[in-house]
Amino acid sequence: MGRKIIMSITGLFLCSFLVVHLIGNLQLFNDDGGAAFNLYSYFMANNIVIRIMEIVLLLGFLFHIYDAIVLVRKNKAARPIQYAEVRPQENSTWSSRNMGLLGTVILVFLIIHLWNFFVPARFGGLEGVVIEGAEYENLYIRVVESFQIWWYVLIYVLAMVALAYHLIHGFQSGFQTLGLDHKKYTPFIQMFGYAFSVIVCLGFAIIPLYFFFLY
Amino acid sequence: MAGSNPNAKPMNLTLKVWRQKNRDTAGQLVSYPVKNVSPDMSFLEMLDVLNDDLEIRNEEPIAFDHDCREGICGACSLFINGRAHGPERGTTTCQLHMRHFKDGDTITIEPWRAAAFPVHKDLVVDRSAFDRIQQAGGYISVNTGGVPDANEIPIPKTVADKAFDAATCIQCGACVAACKNASAMLFVSAKVSQLALLPQGKTERKTRVENMVAQMDIEGFGACTNTGACAAECPVGISLENINKLRREFIVAKATSENVA
Repeated sequence: MGRKIIMSITGLFLCSFLVVHLIGNLQLFNDDGGAAFNLYSYFMANNIVIRIMEIVLLLGFLFHIYDAIVLVRKNKAARPIQYAEVRPQENSTWSSRNMGLLGTVILVFLIIHLWNFFVPARFGGLEGVVIEGAEYENLYIRVVESFQIWWYVLIYVLAMVALAYHLIHGFQSGFQTLGLDHKKYTPFIQMFGYAFSVIVCLGFAIIPLYFFFLY
Repeated sequence: MAGSNPNAKPMNLTLKVWRQKNRDTAGQLVSYPVKNVSPDMSFLEMLDVLNDDLEIRNEEPIAFDHDCREGICGACSLFINGRAHGPERGTTTCQLHMRHFKDGDTITIEPWRAAAFPVHKDLVVDRSAFDRIQQAGGYISVNTGGVPDANEIPIPKTVADKAFDAATCIQCGACVAACKNASAMLFVSAKVSQLALLPQGKTERKTRVENMVAQMDIEGFGACTNTGACAAECPVGISLENINKLRREFIVAKATSENVA
């Protein structure tokens, strides 16, 4: 049960990261040739508070993933012989039963995503760009170029669908795991979690679609 | 048969039943045709008819758990067509009637599947893991002495009702059977909630939840993913609220109990 509590706390923490990440990304929609976004990415790569939070975030991901692996193994061991016939659709939602599968899709996406944007932005490999007389790395052009590739856009959109389903179950489940359940507040948490999942994932998915179709 | 519906037509069914000689041998699904099944029969009566047939043919009858056949003891089990206690909600297998099936149906009958519930024989599983969890803390220690007046300890009606709702758990194990992780959280939460809600149970609440959860892990039940399958399949309607109550009890106990381990 302790492990589920860690799953819940890290999961809800990662939800808060999604909000920060999405708000930052909205600068991509500034019609200024990417200046605001590049200044923002410079800030994110150099600010000390952000750099510390980057480590906390990494730990959040690592604990969430490690615990998921341990729990899946434990849960599989709890039923060594499977039923010949099951009708789980009669008693539970698909996403609640497939959190591991959805999480794996998100992890694969995360690796692709980090490799394409985070690694060059953080460890070098981007072109330079001059903004108000100073030289910055041009992460914006990397975003623009990446989202001209149709299969890349497709990966992003599919990953966001997986994330939405992961969050639709995970957000409210995280509160339950902490015992935060009350008939006055739980309906609100469930509704908020649903809206949160859809809006955040839609927000992320719009970015590649915007650059592919409208840029 | 007295009280039976004269218009109900008898059905012919095919059963696919899990047959397993004992704990140590592998089992398999075996098909049996059952003829002239009355829609008024309970599911267990239908199995009785099949077993009579098997005995006449000198074959080993199918072993399955049953006792009161009134839906209150929790002895009967059976995973029927992919559902714990069959397709109807809020019912035990003994209270499931054959009118919920159609002539010509094939019905798959399996035992509860969980590492903590090993198969004894055919459809009978060993549910003593539940007893050991109960023994770990699912009780109150009552000292001897004079009997206190019934109204001496005030308990609000709403609290008494919640405790009673939790106390209706019949330990059948459908929650474990239905859960994709074979988790026993609903069972343990019903027992912990029932006692933690009442004044008599509050004194031992911290050690109780710690010991019962520890025993649950030792028995090899899975973790809870909040799918809600357990509560949906529970024949007596134990609510998921109890699982969240269990978590609060557990977190508070871990943070404040005197047990350092």
